[in-house]
Parts: sequence; structure tokens; C-alpha cells
Amino acid sequence: MSSAAATTVYVPRDSSALSLGAEAVALAVAAEAARRNLNIRLIRNGSRGLYWLEPMIEVATPRGRVAYGPVAVRDVPSLFDADFPDGGNHPLALGLTDEIPLLKRQRRLTFARVGITDPTSLDDYLAHGGYRGLARALAMSGAEIVQEVTTSNLRGRGGAAFPAGIKWKTTLDQNSKQKYIVCNADEGDSGTFSDRMIMEGDPFVLIEGMTIAAVAVGASEGYIYLRSEYPHSLRTLAAAIEAATRAGYLGAEVRGSGKPFRLEVRVGAGAYICGEETAMLESLEGKRGVIRFKPPLPAIAGLFGKPTVVNNVITLASVPAILETGGESYNKYGVDRSRGTIPLQLAGNVKRPGLFELPFGLTLRELIDDFGGGTASGRPLRAVQVGGPLGAYFPDSMLDLTVDYEAIAAAGGLLGHGGVVVFDDTADLARMARYAMEFCALESCGKCTPCRIGSTRGVEVIDRIIANRERSANVELLRDLCDTMTAGSLCALGGLTPLPVLSALKYFPQDFGLPAAKGASIG
Amino acid sequence: MALEHPWDRAAVVAIVNALKHQPGALMPILRRIQDDLGWVPPDSVALIAGELNLSRAEVHGVASFYHDFRHAPPGRNVVRLCRAESCQAMGAVALADHARKRFGVDFGGTTADGNFSLEAVYCLGNCACSPAVVINGELLGRVTPARFDDALSRLVRR
Repeated sequence: MSSAAATTVYVPRDSSALSLGAEAVALAVAAEAARRNLNIRLIRNGSRGLYWLEPMIEVATPRGRVAYGPVAVRDVPSLFDADFPDGGNHPLALGLTDEIPLLKRQRRLTFARVGITDPTSLDDYLAHGGYRGLARALAMSGAEIVQEVTTSNLRGRGGAAFPAGIKWKTTLDQNSKQKYIVCNADEGDSGTFSDRMIMEGDPFVLIEGMTIAAVAVGASEGYIYLRSEYPHSLRTLAAAIEAATRAGYLGAEVRGSGKPFRLEVRVGAGAYICGEETAMLESLEGKRGVIRFKPPLPAIAGLFGKPTVVNNVITLASVPAILETGGESYNKYGVDRSRGTIPLQLAGNVKRPGLFELPFGLTLRELIDDFGGGTASGRPLRAVQVGGPLGAYFPDSMLDLTVDYEAIAAAGGLLGHGGVVVFDDTADLARMARYAMEFCALESCGKCTPCRIGSTRGVEVIDRIIANRERSANVELLRDLCDTMTAGSLCALGGLTPLPVLSALKYFPQDFGLPAAKGASIG
Repeated sequence: MALEHPWDRAAVVAIVNALKHQPGALMPILRRIQDDLGWVPPDSVALIAGELNLSRAEVHGVASFYHDFRHAPPGRNVVRLCRAESCQAMGAVALADHARKRFGVDFGGTTADGNFSLEAVYCLGNCACSPAVVINGELLGRVTPARFDDALSRLVRR
């Protein structure tokens, strides 16, 4: 055995990195080090979100962390030959991680530790500034904490963009012995994975955010409603909750404050609608995930009828930084009414897919070209869907839109949870519109007739349009149907499915067999 | 009349007894039954309903609402293929055709020899590595038809 101090090597445990072979790479690194009598300490970190470089491994050197990627098992012997434990040169070397241009250009507030720390190590979390927000919060009154969040202008990152401070204040103002904090971790939108990256890469920041919310509004119990498609998130969350409980950050008394906060993860069962907050509450109560009428707002009568703060993972995970440095320091980023940063997730047919946390205000084109590097196929970009399955399809000509809730809404779309999916010129937008209706039919909870029945009728009408059966009459019918769904559905599923459908029809009429000029007038 | 599949009644009783005292117990109970048994036996509904003081209709309503809860045992291997937008942008439609042809069943089906069940899933959070597939719980990214076949052949060899 070498007597030298162990070299720290990082191989991600993030599920996307694992899907590209990170587990085998980690095993190969350990085996090769043992074979060469090298003393290494292997840490399984989260992902930096630069997925075109995954599996990306890093090594700690006196100069800083040095990255290599994408690494396959067959590259491991040559990495050791090139003395990678000392940051040696190699064709896969990416230099100092902190200097990777697309990482350096980001403004990582919520994702400050993701990819850096060992996600299940509380010591690592504390060593990297963790729980400073809670420490400050525990010295404040509930109203003062809520005021910091209000000052930050943090809005719900799940998609609805409702001001978090107002929600918290509503729950704070309720006179109830029992209140709840519910974290919406049912990240079902295609093209989004930021919640997953937080839960797998820095679960403590979510736990801290929920604890601050609990202390602020006077809640003693919390639930994380996690989608079943995220088994790795469940493992990291469970380990982190256990560590936080052991150290007194959760449990009967949060850090000697006299305030209890117990946290439990509940796993969903594959229903997209449970990402809607009231359907989620029903599911947590052990019922069908059918949405509720509002009012009453969950902030007043939520889980088991008690006042409940329901926030998305990213919203809650943004709170510790806000409490640590103050609401004003968060509010200084961004544009207009979209303040702070947003973790944008670039996916689909794009050369450099990944997560980029940036202040609001860049354009979609900057995101797709500068960060994404254009399409993966090298073919021309044809369409971009922004905001998940309920978001609009935009053509290339609209990519100068600013990433800003109001700007995208004014253009007939939504920013949603920050997912951006790129399609090249092989995409058939009539088919994507049909898919939007099909997805709505599949996932409708059934409460509102326009959503439950309208989505199935929508698939049929689009089929007739594609087959050129009474095309112009059916286009009118489709628009009528969308109008009914928009006006007659209680929640966003039925209410917003018309967005991808009508935007596809408006900007890509030729895919429906319509002349371009006529299509343009339809919108 | 469908074939009755045998199921482990004692396992279900143990799960119900372990979890029934928590608030909103029905979901965790069904979840655990699904995870441990691989399906939620329709015949277990009456048992669960009795223990939770719910009607059979209520339990059946929940068990039939969620896509994850299977009503019959799956094949020995479960292949779940993402069909959502990001994966579609990267070839998931062709991959789905390939999978259907290879297994000779549509989504929701199980091969006649009981070896494979093919299931559709709508987003695995692996959108930056589309298209995505889960084989027996293991997530795979950037799956081409060739990589898909390769992953399956490694299963068969095992």
C-alpha cells in the first residue's frame, strides 16, 4: 500500500450519469487504483449537469478539482497511465472544473453544492455553507422569515410561478395547531430534471428549505411527495433525512429551538396529475389523485384539511440561500417580475443537454445556441417546446424571447418548470399536437368533462385533420374544442393542453396539411 | 374468465398491518404491495378494505387510478420505455416500434413465454440523455435500437 495521503476522486451517482455507465466507471476506477497500489478515496457526487460530458469524473488536486469526461470503462487504464490522480493530461481532460466555460458562466445559487459535495454527508453539507440559512431563520420570527422570502420575490418554480412569500404568509396567518409543509417532487414534465438533480445531488438543501418553511409558518410535519420514477432520489433523500434527524436538524426539536419538524417521503404511483397540488394532497391522504376545487386554498385548508404550504423542490431548495444572504441579494438577479435565478433544463435534440442555472433574462436562443450548441443531429432546428407537455411549441423565429415568466406568457406560452426541449427538422408537429391530446387523455383525473372527454375527441379530430377528412371544418372544431378545454377545466392539465396543440397549428400549419398563410391566421 | 394468479396473502397481511396506522395509509400500503409482489392482486382489495375500514369500492378506486399498480403479475423482465417529448425528439418513436416488433406485443403486453413485459412510461427525468429506457429497474440513456438489443442480450445471457 502506498503511504501517501488518499487522493479524492469523484464519480457521479446521479441517475443520468448512471444511465450512461457511471457505476461501471466507479468500479473500474477503484479496481485500477487497487491494482496500481494507489490510495484513492472515491466519492459519489451529484452531477454538475453537463450531461454531454457524463460520466464526468473529477479528482481533487492542489490546483483545484480537475475534470475528465465523458469517461467509459475502457478509458480508465489510460487515465491512470496519464497520472490522472495528479490531474495529468489526457485526451478526455477538461481542465479545472471551475473553469469549464459553461459551468463558469452560470450563477449557481440553488445548485451551489450540486456535483461538488457528497450528497449524503451532513458534514460535507455543513462544510460547504449548509444550514446557515436555518441558523439565521431560527433567530427570527415567523413573520420576519416570511418577509425575507417575500423580499426575494421568489416565485413557485414548479410552473405556476405564484409568489412563495404570499403563500407562506397565508399559512402563517392561519390559527391552527396542525400545519403541514408539502414538497411537490412529482416532477413529471418531459424535459425537466432539476428536482431530481437536487434530490440526488444535494438533498440537504431541500430538507433545510422545508425546515425553514416549517419554522416560518409553524408547521410540525412535512411530506415530500416523490414520483416513483426516481428511485435514486428516494435513496439519497432517505439517507439525508436520517442523517439530519440524527444530528437534531429534524425531529422533536429542530436544533434546540423547541420547534418540532418531522419529515417523511411518500412515493407516488405514476400519475402525472399528482403534480397538481390538490391532486397531490388527495394522493397523500390515500385517495385517487383527483383534483380539488379551489377555494379553499391549500394554504388555508390543505392536507387533511389543515393549513399547508405546498411548494416545488426548487422553490424550497432556493430558500436556504435566500435566508443566508437575505431576500434582497436574491432579488437583485433577474428581470422585471422574474427575480433570482432559474435552473433551465435543456433536453431533446440538442448537442449539449444539461442543467444551467442562470438569472432570468437571457433569450431562448442564447440558451439553445450558446449553451446547447444547436441540435444533436446537426440538422436545422425546427421547434422548441418550452415548459413541459403543457407548454407551447415555438418556431426558430421566436427564439429571441426572453426567459421571463411574463414575456413567455405574452407570447402564448409558459415557462413552467424551466424545461426546454429541442426538435430538429424531422419533427412532425401535427403528431406532437396529437400526442399532447393523447397524453391529456391518459393522465386526466376525470373530474372535468372537457379534459376527460375532450382530450380523446381531440385525438380523433387531429387524426381526421391529418387524414384530410373535412380538414377545414375539423380545424375549426379543434379550435372550438380547445376553447372549451381552456375555459372548462379546473386545473392546468385540461386547461393548458390546448397550448401545445394550438401553437403547433399556428406555427407549423403545413404539418397539418394546411397552407402556411392560412395557418398563420388561425392562431 | 381470466386465469387466477396465486398471490401471497400472508405478505399482504403483513404489509397492511405494518403500515395501516399512519395517516393516508392506503397509498403506502398499495405502493409496498406493488413493490414487493410486483402487482396488486385484485383479490387483496377486500382484505385491505376491511383492515382500513374503507369500502371495497374505495380501495379498488385507488388501486385502479394509478398507472404503477398492475392488476396481474408482470413478465420475468420488465422493460419500460419513455414515450414523452424529449425522448421523441431523439428517436423514441422508432425505438418503440423496434421494441414492439422485437417482443411481438404492444405496450402493456407480456410476451407469450412470460419473459418480457413492455410498458410505456412518460418521463424518467433522463431527458438530457434521451431516449431513455428502464430494464428491470436499471435506467439506460441514449438508447438506440442496437443498444437496446445489446442490453437485452446481456439479460438473456445472465
